[in-house]
Amino acid sequence: MTARTGPEAPSLDRDVDASARTELPAAGLGAAVGTSRRRVLRRLLRRPAGVVGIVLTGTVVAVGLLAPVLAPFDPFAVVGPSLSPPSGAHPMGTDALGRDLLSGVIFGARTTLVVAGLVGVLVLLIGVVVGTVSSYLGGWADDLLMRLTELFQVLPRFFLAIVVIAFFGAGLGLLVLVLGLTSWALLARVVRSEVLSLKEREFVDAARASGASGARIVVQEILPNALPAGTAFLGLILAQVLLIEASLGFIGLGDPNVVSWGYLASQAQRFLRVAWWMSVFPGLAIAVAVLGLNLLSDAVTDVLGTSR
Amino acid sequence: MTLGYVGWRLLQVVPTAAAILLIGFLLIHLAPGDPVLALAGESGDAEYYAFIGDKFGLDEPLPQQLLTYTGRVLQADLGTSYLQGRPVAEIITERVPATLVLSSTALVLSSVGGVLLGLYVAARPHGVRDTTVSSSVLAVYAAPVFWLGQLAILVLALGTGWFPVQGMRSPGSDAGGLAALYDVARHLALPALVLASQEVAAVYRLTRVGLADELASDHVRTARAKGLSGRRVMLKHALRRPLVPVVTVIGGRAGHLLSGAIVIEVVFGWPGLGRLLLTSLQARDNPVVLGIFLVVAFAVVLANLATDFAYRWLDPRVRYQ
Repeated sequence: MTARTGPEAPSLDRDVDASARTELPAAGLGAAVGTSRRRVLRRLLRRPAGVVGIVLTGTVVAVGLLAPVLAPFDPFAVVGPSLSPPSGAHPMGTDALGRDLLSGVIFGARTTLVVAGLVGVLVLLIGVVVGTVSSYLGGWADDLLMRLTELFQVLPRFFLAIVVIAFFGAGLGLLVLVLGLTSWALLARVVRSEVLSLKEREFVDAARASGASGARIVVQEILPNALPAGTAFLGLILAQVLLIEASLGFIGLGDPNVVSWGYLASQAQRFLRVAWWMSVFPGLAIAVAVLGLNLLSDAVTDVLGTSR
Repeated sequence: MTLGYVGWRLLQVVPTAAAILLIGFLLIHLAPGDPVLALAGESGDAEYYAFIGDKFGLDEPLPQQLLTYTGRVLQADLGTSYLQGRPVAEIITERVPATLVLSSTALVLSSVGGVLLGLYVAARPHGVRDTTVSSSVLAVYAAPVFWLGQLAILVLALGTGWFPVQGMRSPGSDAGGLAALYDVARHLALPALVLASQEVAAVYRLTRVGLADELASDHVRTARAKGLSGRRVMLKHALRRPLVPVVTVIGGRAGHLLSGAIVIEVVFGWPGLGRLLLTSLQARDNPVVLGIFLVVAFAVVLANLATDFAYRWLDPRVRYQ
């Protein structure tokens, strides 16, 4: 790997990157991946979609993490007159019970973060395992797992979540479980095709020739290179998950013990004529989170596409 | 499209349908409480429960029960709503037309709208027009559909008074014929537009990318070289191939479209499956909730199947492994 002190030369960079990936011995690969990760971030920051995506997603994450510090009130506490429009004391107004909407929206970010984070972990786990096993084993195992993946792609997740919650009762844990267990199909397909192309690469041959076991090759050589593309799609999946979660909250199937943006918007439905703010702000928050994830995923896909 | 292909593809649907049935069956048995509650609702009497238990073979061993359940569902017997005292299948069937009208109108609007927007920006990729339209489409796609509905009510219905806020017909209106049609269309306009605006993204993206590829292709260059006008080249030569994925994306979007329709119905009080779902959820009428899941899941599978056939018919080069 050449020292990168001079000014950026994107086209040259790409060649260096490609040769580093294929010709470096297995020991140097970790370093190569580390450098290319920094490069991906820099390229990301050069695209408007990347910057906006990072800012929007970062805002939601920060607000969610700092919710107790940022929120002026307890989101469930009655702190003002009911249905009062946005004002200095309540920048997003209050709801029918006199609860502060800004605090609700801020704590809603926390719920969104929990759902997205936990569903993301589940999706990543299942998607990566199914995609890797399927592509690495091939044959009937591949056929079987891909049939299963197709089933989960066709299955209407929103409706399945509705039935499960109707039968088992609303709760954040169950919600995460249902959405996580049903949202991994796209990721499995992406990981599968990534692994299929990576396993023919020379650095994998090199590792194999040096006597590394199959599992070791997958974990140490293939997965670190397959994951970037996977995470780009994970963003798209999570954006969809957030929309489904919001819709579930909107039809009254959210966890009654936590504030969610969908729940806040559902409270607005009956007061649309008199309290526009109850609908506008929670909806805007959802749109910001979803748009952020979509833009970020698009930009990452774009950057990875050009760096290959 | 050979008969063998059709048969082979139909056969492929069987495991999917079986899996959906299995999910329904497992839900009934895994849910807390007696499975009979899941099939008969929560407010029945002992005699009625015994009747339902007998009909679905609930005292038989599980594998036998799965067979009985499958048989029942295949005969369109989805259990009984005790709340309404009627078969679930009957209740659902009554609501299907309203949902179908809403979602098919949105489907047509979004497909035509997506293609038109794609044509509108195609001439200059990454120009001002393209950037504006692309980012607006992306923003609308990111917005939750119920929020778009609420905003439409706030701005277009309450704000201008042009559109009714709720329902499918004006209250007390018993007009027939054209007047009735106009009344329904006025009520349909907003929910269908909102639903379509969210669905437009997929079609728009496909058309835009497809047209960009086509405009750079040899046959389009030939058409231009012949001296054909820009519009003629665009419509007769460039648009043809990108339209194939636009048609075939419909199947893949069926689940998304129906989910959106359900939520939009709640926002606009449209009397379809969504309204039924909401009232059933509130009344804990679980047999109806499960019935709606099964019907929608099968509909999505069928839509995918139909799309595959359409794909194969429109583009005979497509081969499946």
